[in-house]
Amino acid sequence: MQELSMHILDIVQNSLAAGATLVEIRIRESLAEDILMIEVQDNGRGIPQEVLNRVMDPFFTSRITRETGLGLSLLKEATELSGGCLKVQSEEGRGTRVMACFQLDHFDRAPLGDMGETVGVIISGNPAVDFFYEHQVDGQIYVLDTREMRNILGPIKLEDPLVLDFVRQDIQTGLKKIGAATFPKVMEVLR
Amino acid sequence: MNVEELKRIREKSQKEMDLRSGEKAIKVVVGMATCGIAAGARPVMAAIKDELAKQNAKDVSVTQSGCAGFCEQEPLVDVFRPGETKITYGKVNPDKARKIVVEHILGGRAVNEFIFAWEK
Repeated sequence: MQELSMHILDIVQNSLAAGATLVEIRIRESLAEDILMIEVQDNGRGIPQEVLNRVMDPFFTSRITRETGLGLSLLKEATELSGGCLKVQSEEGRGTRVMACFQLDHFDRAPLGDMGETVGVIISGNPAVDFFYEHQVDGQIYVLDTREMRNILGPIKLEDPLVLDFVRQDIQTGLKKIGAATFPKVMEVLR
Repeated sequence: MNVEELKRIREKSQKEMDLRSGEKAIKVVVGMATCGIAAGARPVMAAIKDELAKQNAKDVSVTQSGCAGFCEQEPLVDVFRPGETKITYGKVNPDKARKIVVEHILGGRAVNEFIFAWEK
């Protein structure tokens, strides 16, 4: 995965496969603490304890189409490359929470990437599910909530192409406004 | 979130509502598992949606699926047109995706050089 936003897209697919009706994505950046936290929480069916012990094993998967399960193991590797860590908490019947932390200004921290396209594709591809996206940068907050969008849009469906465009542009503008860090600062010197 | 912009979208889209209601006839499915995402499924899906919007196509739904087991062929795109066999395109990129939208999804002529498999 070249961007953290692609890891997020991937982790959200696990939530959708678990039958989640609400997926919450929270990103927090702190320049003072030099930390980037990504959290994906869902209300899906949760992961049984015996499976939870093995979710980061690349040679373990619950699917039958292939014998590897690389999503969480790739994210774990991405966190560890930048001095961070990955935690997965889950309760059967209640949902799962994936927490990934990164050193914000680490040379090997992957760029955040196009969150607008990631969230846009997630929403337009799964219009029956609700998504909440919150991005904080040192107290400045951007929020997008499909429950609020549905209230405003009324009969217009979330898969409407104009809505996808709105989501992409609103996130790009919103993240710029709060000063979200796309690349680690150390990389900007080289760019 | 820009609420005013969202209200403008509601007004604009509502005028075309009657044409868009009900089940869509043509279905497009993009593989969005780890293998698909790593191979570029996200920009492929965005390109399909964008091209459909440009062509003002109203009778097409675009959804996502998990891993089909042919990871080396990702990004995979399935096209289901009513009364026709399912066609799966492999190693799709945004440019190929736009061609598939214009020629096959809307035009009805499969793009043979990009086909990975078809249902017999």
